[in-house]
Amino acid sequence: MSLLSIKNLLKRYASATGEMTEIVRIASFQLSAGEQALLRGESGSGKSTLLNLIAGIVAADEGEIVIDGVDICGLSESGRDARRARSLGYVFQNFNLLDGYSCIENVELGMSFGSGVDRSLARHLLERVGLGNRLDYRPDQLSQGQKQRVAIARALANHPKIVLADEPTGNLDPSNAKTALELIQSLCRENEAALLLVSHDASLASSFETVIDLEELNETKHGTEAIS
Amino acid sequence: MKPVTIAMRGIRERLVSSVITIGAVALACSLLMLVWAFKKEAEQSFAGASGGFDGVLGPRGSKLQIVLNALYHLDESPGLMRWADFEQVAKFPAIEAAYPIAVGDNYRGYRLVGTTPEYLSNHAFAEGRQFELESGGAVFESDSMNAVVGSFAARRLSLEKGDTFNPYHGLIYNESAKHQETYTVSGVLKPTGTPVDKVVWIPISGIQNMSGHNPNAATDVSAVLIKLKKGANMAGFQLDMLYNKQGDRLTLAWPANRTILQFFDKISWFDKILQAVAALVAVIAGGSILAILYNAMNERKRDIAVLRALGAKKSTVFAISLLEAVGMTLAGVVGGFAIYLILGFGIGEVVQRETGVALSPFTGNAAMIWAPVGMLGIGILSGLLPAIKAYRTEVSKNLL
Repeated sequence: MSLLSIKNLLKRYASATGEMTEIVRIASFQLSAGEQALLRGESGSGKSTLLNLIAGIVAADEGEIVIDGVDICGLSESGRDARRARSLGYVFQNFNLLDGYSCIENVELGMSFGSGVDRSLARHLLERVGLGNRLDYRPDQLSQGQKQRVAIARALANHPKIVLADEPTGNLDPSNAKTALELIQSLCRENEAALLLVSHDASLASSFETVIDLEELNETKHGTEAIS
Repeated sequence: MKPVTIAMRGIRERLVSSVITIGAVALACSLLMLVWAFKKEAEQSFAGASGGFDGVLGPRGSKLQIVLNALYHLDESPGLMRWADFEQVAKFPAIEAAYPIAVGDNYRGYRLVGTTPEYLSNHAFAEGRQFELESGGAVFESDSMNAVVGSFAARRLSLEKGDTFNPYHGLIYNESAKHQETYTVSGVLKPTGTPVDKVVWIPISGIQNMSGHNPNAATDVSAVLIKLKKGANMAGFQLDMLYNKQGDRLTLAWPANRTILQFFDKISWFDKILQAVAALVAVIAGGSILAILYNAMNERKRDIAVLRALGAKKSTVFAISLLEAVGMTLAGVVGGFAIYLILGFGIGEVVQRETGVALSPFTGNAAMIWAPVGMLGIGILSGLLPAIKAYRTEVSKNLL
C-alpha cells in the first residue's frame, strides 16, 4: 500500500487578468513508505504548488491526496495543519529558519506543533548533521550550507512519514549541495521516512532510484479558462 | 515551544519598541491610579485630618483660609479675634471643648502655634486617639518657656527633649528676625499623621507676648478650634446663624471637613484635566501596541508562514500575536504599579512635608483594580487587529 497516493488532483489559480490557470493536474501518483523520489520540473511547472498541496498548505480544487490512509483533501484547514505537524517534514530552498532563534531552538520549533519539544532529540539531530558545536548559533552566524543542515534537522524533528524538499540544493554551492542531499537522503533512510524532492536540477537524478518528470505527470494539464 | 514562549520571544526580539510600549502602558496605568485612587486618598486624608474638630471660629474672612490656617497650619491668618470671643464661644452649652490658637512665628520654617496645654493633654485628635509624647516628655505649662514639638518637625529640625531654640518672627523663616526668647523642648509628640506633626507648640501666652509683637494684641487669638458635643449638630447650625449670618465680625467654618471637601470640589476641573490626560495616555499606549504589533506583522509574514508550514494552526498564530499584546500590557501594568508606588510615596512625602497629612498609596481603591483591568482590555483590543492579520497570513505566498 502506498504511503502517499494522489488521484485526479487539480489546482487552479486566478491570474492577474482574472483567468483561471491550471497549475497542477495529476491523474495518479504514488509514493511508497521509505521511497525516495525526485520530481523534476522547470520553473513555474507547479513543483512548489504540488508540495504545498501534499503538505496541506493549500487546498486542492479537485481530487484526493491520501497520506497514510487519510485523504487530506477531506480535512478542514486545522485538520490539515495537525496532519502536517505530525506526518510531514518540509525543507525549503531558502531554508526558512527563524532569525531570532538559535539552531537548536529552530529545530525545537519544528517539534512544537507536532510531537512536542524533545531537546535531546533536537541536539542529536543537529549533531547528526554536523552542527553539534553550533547549537546556540543564530542563523545569521551560519553559512548557507549550515543553514540548510539546520533546516534538514528541523524537517526530521517530528519523526515524519514523508519529507518534502523544495529545491533544497538550489541556493548551495556544489560541495554544500552534495552534502545537503546526502544528509537528507541518509537521514530519511535512518528515520524510515519517504522523501519527495522537487528540483529543476537534472544532475540530481543519479542519486535517486525513482525520477519523475513533472511535465509528464502534468501532461493532461489544460491551458486557461475564464472564471465563470 | 509553547505559544506563550514564542510570544515572549517576539517581545524580546523587538526590545526597543517593546520597552517603549511597555513604558507607555506603565505610564498610563500609573497615571490612572494616581488620578483616581491617590487623589481620593488625598481627599479623604485631608478631610480626615481636621484633628477631631467640628469647626473653627476665626476673624471675618474666608472659611477656607481660616480652616487652612488653624487646622492645616497653612496659609496666613486672616486677622485676630479677641480673647473674649474665645471665652464666649467656649461657654456655649453644646460645645464640648474649645481651644484658642495664636500664630505668627516660626522656627526655621516650621510654624510655632500657641495654645493651651489642655489641647495637647485632653483632646482626642481622632476617634479614641489622644496625643502621646515620646518617652520622658511632658506638655508645657501655661506660662512656661517650654515647647512640645510635632514628630515630623522634630525629625526635620533635629530637636529632642531638653534642646533649646529661639523662635523667628513671621510665618516664613528669616534668619535676621530672631526673637530673644529661648524655649526648651519639654516633649516630642508621637506621629499622628495629621498637620499637628509639623508644628512647634508653645503656650499661647508665648505667641501673644513675644518680643516685637504688638502689645495691644497681647490677649488676641488667631482662631478657636471647636469640638461639639456628640449629636449636637443643631448647635452647628445655631452657631453658623449666630456668627455667619447675624454677626459680621467673626466667621465660623463648620463643618470643618466640608470646607476642605468644597475646596477639592472647586479644583475638580484640574482633576478632569488630569483624568483626560491619563485617558489620552491610555489610548496612546493602546495605539502603540497596535502600531508595533501591526508593523511587526508586516515584517513577520514570513515567520508566520514558516510557523504555519511547521504545522501551527491559524488559531495558534492568532494566539501568539494576541499573547504578545497581553504580555506587553501585563508587563506595563506591573511597571505601572511600580511607578504608582514610587510616585505615591514621593508625593506622600512632599505632602507630609508641606502639610503634615500622611498619605498612603496602599489604601485600597477600586481604581487599583479597574485601571489595570482596563489597560489589559485596551491591550487585548489593540492586539486583535494584528492577531487577525496573523490569522489571515497566506502561507504559500509568504514562504520564500
